[in-house]
Amino acid sequence: MHLVRDPLPQARDRAILKVIGIGNPWRRDDAAGLAAARRLQEILPADVDVREEAGEPTALIDALDGADAVWLVDAVSSGVEAGTVHRVDASQRALPAELFAPSTHHFGLAEAIELARALGRLPRTAVAFGIEGSTFEAGDGLSPPVDAAVGEVAERVRAEVAAWTGAP
Amino acid sequence: MAERRTIRNDLLARVEGEGALLVQIAGGQVADVKLKIYEPPRFFEAFLRGRAFTEAPDITARICGICPVAYQMSSVQAMEQICGVQVDGQLRALRRLLYCGEWIESHALHVFMLHLPDFLGHESAIELATHDRELVSRALELKKVGNELMTVVGGREIHPVNVRVGGFYRAPRKRELTALVDRLERAREVALEAVEITAGLDFPDYEHDYELVCLAEPDEYPIDRGRIVSNRGLDIAVAEYDEHFVEEHVEWSNALHSRVVGRGSYLCGPLARFSLSADRLSPMAREAASEAGLEAEERNPFRSIVVRSVELVYAADEALRLIADYEEPDAPAVPVEPRAGVGYGCTEAPRGILYHRYQLDADGTILDAKIVPPTSQNQKAIEEDLRGVVERSLDVPDDELTLLCEQTIRNYDPCISCATHFLKLEIARS
Repeated sequence: MHLVRDPLPQARDRAILKVIGIGNPWRRDDAAGLAAARRLQEILPADVDVREEAGEPTALIDALDGADAVWLVDAVSSGVEAGTVHRVDASQRALPAELFAPSTHHFGLAEAIELARALGRLPRTAVAFGIEGSTFEAGDGLSPPVDAAVGEVAERVRAEVAAWTGAP
Repeated sequence: MAERRTIRNDLLARVEGEGALLVQIAGGQVADVKLKIYEPPRFFEAFLRGRAFTEAPDITARICGICPVAYQMSSVQAMEQICGVQVDGQLRALRRLLYCGEWIESHALHVFMLHLPDFLGHESAIELATHDRELVSRALELKKVGNELMTVVGGREIHPVNVRVGGFYRAPRKRELTALVDRLERAREVALEAVEITAGLDFPDYEHDYELVCLAEPDEYPIDRGRIVSNRGLDIAVAEYDEHFVEEHVEWSNALHSRVVGRGSYLCGPLARFSLSADRLSPMAREAASEAGLEAEERNPFRSIVVRSVELVYAADEALRLIADYEEPDAPAVPVEPRAGVGYGCTEAPRGILYHRYQLDADGTILDAKIVPPTSQNQKAIEEDLRGVVERSLDVPDDELTLLCEQTIRNYDPCISCATHFLKLEIARS
């Protein structure tokens, strides 16, 4: 029965790479991760699985499943200048809670990552980018510094994916 | 013991929202207990004024990311009462099914991720997961089934978008629901395991003689409708709520305290529902409760984790029944025309009764709104439990006592954001 429900992963000769943008499209700069995912969808090779998530932790942990490497992009609010890009190699250490644990309703990204690690479901390579936002009020449209940072993060993720796969 | 002690926690963990606790002990006695809810008030009732009656389910759903369905169900019930509309048959069944999804999602989160670590001596669900990966994986699986049910019926797993006054925007196809059957059956098995695991935990020796308040229906376990009843003889229509319950402001909380007129504190939520309606559980849930050794009237609030697990069995079982009986309705909603009047709604959010009252003018504009969430109603009972628990544990060192107090608060699965529309901990020994 276990095999029927959870068949063995198909034999594959190439690694599974995922990019996950996290955010709320209706809270201005909170959408930075979603915007980065959309840009990466256009510039990354088609076999990289790019997806958008609202940040619900169980869905997020499910989204990590099966990946050999994952890049996560989320908006953060730590009090530094808007547009500042934070990068944390989550495969090496826990995400700093002051950056990635903002929600009182749910676990933040930091806890979702640690739960995935405890459950043995964190991909070998897991990198989180945090884009410092300035406005999280209701509405759409990124602030100019965050919009610029989205471009920077997209380029850095593209380069890291290329380096990971050994592509030029 | 003449020492003065202060036990405090300024930011309570594993509860929804922001609050704190202060316990003051002087001369070996508990001098004061305050559950401080400092999350700012959110003024939902005020900004509902001037909005259309049709907007209430979507606006009030935003009060909570964990129990949005409760807000939607209490609000549509009140609006439909004003407009003279009955939502019955399969549309009502779909509402109950959606609510089962919320109970599964919310109870699975609380039982395994927020409350169980207390009993097993772990700081968090993450620490629990490092010790018992399999258990936490099953918990996530269970919660996910709740999410899926919410998505199929409600259109989205958080803040569902498919509920409207009169019914739904779209009724699911039968096959969309039957596709969930296997996973719900598996969820029911995990819930049965949860009853067994939680029944075997060590519980602090504490009981309290609560007035237990919940909804009641003659032939079913209370979820989406019913009269308001208590173990002290209260038996009223929802429209009579304001005559029997009052809210009052206390300076240390941004959430209003509720009490029963002429009596005082009361408890709503799983303990109340189980104590007053256990005979209306499904046979499987009833048997699980009996094997778990639950009392006919359960008065140990720490055992609420067992009751929640029994309710998880029931919610999965009831969802399976509703799906088996489902027939696609002719229309996803019944027509509703606004009219002037006052309407009342009350449903069983996972943490207890959620009361709404609205006044509309003839074109359906909301003139006045009142919302009383379960955590507000339970604040007095939480403070009484804290006093009782601390009185029995005066010789316990501060760090252990702090943990025991936090656990006491988590017995209620408090939703602070709901209550302020509401936790930190502070124990002062002096």
